[in-house]
Amino acid sequence: MQSSKDRDQLILHTALTAGRIMIENGSEIERVEDTMARIAKNAGARTSQLFVMITGILMAINGEVGAQIEPVKRRTFDLEKISVVNDLSRKFATHDITLQEFADHLDHLDATSKYFPFWVQVIAAALVSGPLEVVFRHNLPDFWITCVVGTLGWIVYYLLSKYVRIRFLSEFAAAVVIGLLAVLGTQLGLGNNADDIIIGSVMPLVPGVPITNSVRDILAGNLVSGPARGVEALVSAAAIGFGIAMVLQFW
Amino acid sequence: MTVIEFVIEVIGTYVATIAFGVLLNIPRRALNMGGLIGVLGYLVYRFIVLWGGGYVIGNLLGAVVIGVASLQAARWKKMPMILFNIPALVPLVPGGQAYEMIKNFALGQNNQALVFLLQVVMISGAIAFGFLLSELVNRLRQRVWRQHKRF
Repeated sequence: MQSSKDRDQLILHTALTAGRIMIENGSEIERVEDTMARIAKNAGARTSQLFVMITGILMAINGEVGAQIEPVKRRTFDLEKISVVNDLSRKFATHDITLQEFADHLDHLDATSKYFPFWVQVIAAALVSGPLEVVFRHNLPDFWITCVVGTLGWIVYYLLSKYVRIRFLSEFAAAVVIGLLAVLGTQLGLGNNADDIIIGSVMPLVPGVPITNSVRDILAGNLVSGPARGVEALVSAAAIGFGIAMVLQFW
Repeated sequence: MTVIEFVIEVIGTYVATIAFGVLLNIPRRALNMGGLIGVLGYLVYRFIVLWGGGYVIGNLLGAVVIGVASLQAARWKKMPMILFNIPALVPLVPGGQAYEMIKNFALGQNNQALVFLLQVVMISGAIAFGFLLSELVNRLRQRVWRQHKRF
């Protein structure tokens, strides 16, 4: 028989891990609070107190163990993990899995990352750049060169963020590469309009997750985390903008 | 705008929305729905602009439609709402105006740049406000729905 202290510890561990995984991968704060409170409630804790911020989580439940902190150190965009935590939480609510299984699944999820294969992501980057260039600018002849430039820019972003781990710098470098390639492409006669090529090619770098979450967080009353994400989106946008501006300045 | 151009635009929006979803690692079974919602939001925006409604109103209502449709999809597929509304937002991003702003600033034409800056701010504000409004609609619907169920 599990002692109640161990049980409380497991509840806290599970809820905190679930919350950390969700914030790390780009969930809005309200969903994290909701999921963690549900986990605690479904696991049998009478009450739970939560303090969720974009850089850390504090949680206490009524029981023998005290409140615990879980820092959130890195932030990436992997919406599949949020979806998986969501599914696990639903299964736990309907008693399809036990708390221990839930915790094990979460630890496993935390350790593995199941992204699409690299080549699929490369094709996706091309398919964001080219079609959006056509949608925004109606410049059909430049479709192919935009796909190529967008792909190369995205590869630079991907590799740099893998090895340097400062997202703003990777975005800046990718924007510079995109600007250079677009200008070079038009001068070699591969494209007609460098402006259109650049507009399409930077689209894979658009910080869609922080923008959306910022609005949702502010609306839900998270007046610390919402603006923080807004700043994140703004800095990303500024990094891309400076990269492009630098290239344009020198040409 | 000819019909062919329009068809190309719609297909481009659908493909780009799904591809953006792939970059964010959205689960496979949510991708198609995200693409459809993206097209829906873009169509609302496009028709309002075509009929002389202006960019701001177009983006506002486009964002409202995306928000409401995303919640519906989230209920239906039992998945988080952000899987649908984040990629669907991408075709509304004011990329062209933002670029013109950067370009004019870089070339020292500050007056022209400020015009575009204002446009970018207004369009982003409209999208944000559109999401806000959609949240309002969603909450009202939930309230009404719950009261209906009770009786």
